[in-house]
Amino acid sequence: MQPAVAVRHLTKDFGALRAVDDLSFSVGGGEVVGFLGPNGAGKSTTMKMITGYLAPSAGEIEVCGLDLSREPLAVKAAIGYLPEGAPLYGDMTPRRFLDFVASVRGMAPDVRGRRIDAVVDRMALRGVLDQSIETLSKGFKRRVGLAQAILHDPPVLILDEPTDGLDPNQKHEVRELIRDIAADKVIIVSTHILEEVEAICSRAVIIAGGRLLADGRPAELASRSQFHNAVVLVLRGGPADLPEQLAAVPGVARVEILDEAGDTRRLRLLAQHGRGLLETVTDKLRSAGWQADELYVEQGRLDDVFRQLTLEVAGRETRS
Amino acid sequence: MNAMLTVLRRELAAYFYTPLAYVFIVIFLFLNGIFTFYLGQFFTRGQADLLPFFQFHPYLYLVLIPPVAMRLWAEERKTGTLELLMTLPITTGQAVVGKFLAAWLFTAVALALTFPIWITVSYLGNPDHGAIVAGYLGSLLMAGAYLAIGACISVLTKSQVIAFVLSVVVSFLFIVSGLPIVLDFFGAWAPAWLAQAVASLSFLRHFEAIQTGVIELPDIVYFASMIGVWLYANTVLVEAKKAAG
Repeated sequence: MQPAVAVRHLTKDFGALRAVDDLSFSVGGGEVVGFLGPNGAGKSTTMKMITGYLAPSAGEIEVCGLDLSREPLAVKAAIGYLPEGAPLYGDMTPRRFLDFVASVRGMAPDVRGRRIDAVVDRMALRGVLDQSIETLSKGFKRRVGLAQAILHDPPVLILDEPTDGLDPNQKHEVRELIRDIAADKVIIVSTHILEEVEAICSRAVIIAGGRLLADGRPAELASRSQFHNAVVLVLRGGPADLPEQLAAVPGVARVEILDEAGDTRRLRLLAQHGRGLLETVTDKLRSAGWQADELYVEQGRLDDVFRQLTLEVAGRETRS
Repeated sequence: MNAMLTVLRRELAAYFYTPLAYVFIVIFLFLNGIFTFYLGQFFTRGQADLLPFFQFHPYLYLVLIPPVAMRLWAEERKTGTLELLMTLPITTGQAVVGKFLAAWLFTAVALALTFPIWITVSYLGNPDHGAIVAGYLGSLLMAGAYLAIGACISVLTKSQVIAFVLSVVVSFLFIVSGLPIVLDFFGAWAPAWLAQAVASLSFLRHFEAIQTGVIELPDIVYFASMIGVWLYANTVLVEAKKAAG
C-alpha cells in the first residue's frame, strides 16, 4: 500500500538560512506521528510545505498518491490542517466560519449541514455556535480550529502544536479528541511536549536543525536512553567502597550516587547497552548480604533521548 | 469559481460584522451631499445634471476607498488566517478576485445609496438619464481602480494604518499626474510624449469625459487595465509573502 504522506529530500531555504535540510520520511495508514523538535527545528516549516502553504526549495511531497507540485488543490482537499496558534476569523461565529470552510471545500449544501452538525457534536461546540469566535475561551477556539480541520473528513490530518498554550485540562481534552479521531486517519502532530507523544502517538519523528534525527515507536526511542534498564537502589549500611563493588557487576556500565544521607545511599546503576541488570544485581546483593530498601528498573524516558539527540545537533552547530 | 464566490460572500459579510460598513456608508453619503450641494453649487448653477455630484468623486475616493481596501490582506496577515485561507483548496487568484469583488460590491452599494440625488435632479428638471447612468458606471469603474490599488498595497503590511496611508499616497499620485502642477514640471524638460504618458495615467484625465456622461472605450480600457494590473500585482505579492513564511 502506498503511504498516505511521503516526503522525499525536502529542503527549504529562507535566504541564507536552511530551515529544512534533506528531510525524508513517509507515513502510512492509521499512524499517529508525533513530530518532535526544539523550537526552530523546522517542524512548522515542514508542515507548511506539506499543506501547500510554502513552496519547497527542493524535494518532493506526495499526499495520498498525489504530487503536491502538480495537483496542489487536490492535495489541499485531502488534508485537514490546524496551523500553529489555530488562527481563525475572530469576527465570525463558529457556525458561519464552519459554513465558510465547508463551502470553500466545495461541499454541497445538504452535505454541508450534516457534516457541520457532526463535527459540532464531536467537538462539543453546540453551546457557542452563535457567539463570535473572538469572545470564546482558548479551549473553545482550539476546538473550532480542530472542527475546521476535520470538517471534510480528510484522510490526512496535520496539526501544528494543537495543545500549545492550553491549560492542563484543555490539553487533556484536545488529546482525547485527537485519540478519538485517530482511528481511521493519518495524523501528523507537532509538539514539544513529550508526554503528549507517549500519550497519543504510535510513532515519533525527532528533527532538529531541519534534519531527521530519529524515527521509531515512542517506547523504542525511549529505550535508546542511557537510562534504559538502569537499576535504582536504596541501600542502608554496607562497605564504603560499595559503589565500586557494584560497578564491577557484569553488565553495569557506571554507578551514579543520587543521594546520600547518613548511611543510606540511593544509587543508579546504568546498564551497558542492551543488557538487563535486574538478575545480576539481585544476585550480588544476596551474595554480599546487603539489604535494599527499594529497587526498581527504569525504562528510560523520551525526554532523555530527545535532549541527548537535539543537544548534540545544537553543539555541532555552535562549533561549526 | 465556487470557492471564489464563497470568499466574496465572506468578505462582504465581514464589512457588516463591525460598524465599519455603516460608518462608511453614512460618511460617504454625507460627504457626497456636502460636496454636491455646497461646493458643487448644485442648486445655483441651474443645470439639470449630476456633474457637481460626480466631479468630486476622484477626491472623495482618495480618502474613502483606502479604508475599504486596507483590511483585505493586512488583517489576514496579522491574525495568521492567511495560512488558513491559503491551505484551503483555493488558488491565490481566486482569493484575490473574491476579496476585490467583495470590496467593489460594497462600494457599489454605497454608491447606489446616493440615488436620492438622482431623484432630486429629476424632480427639479429634465436631466439626461443616459448620461447619469454613464456617470454612475464610470464612477464605479474608477472606484474599482482605487480599490485594486488599496487591496494590492494591503498585502505589503500587517498594519492597516500603514496600508491606508500608503494607499492614499499612491492613489494621490494617480490623481496629480493629470494636474497642471505635475504636467508643467514635466513639460519644462521632458519630451512631450513623456508628459503625455504621465498625464494619461491620471484618473482625472479619464474620468473627465465620463462624468459628463460620455463613456469612451479608451477610458473603460484604462480603468479595466488599472484593475487588472493591480490585481495581478496583488496575486504576485501574496505568493511572495507566503514564500517568505
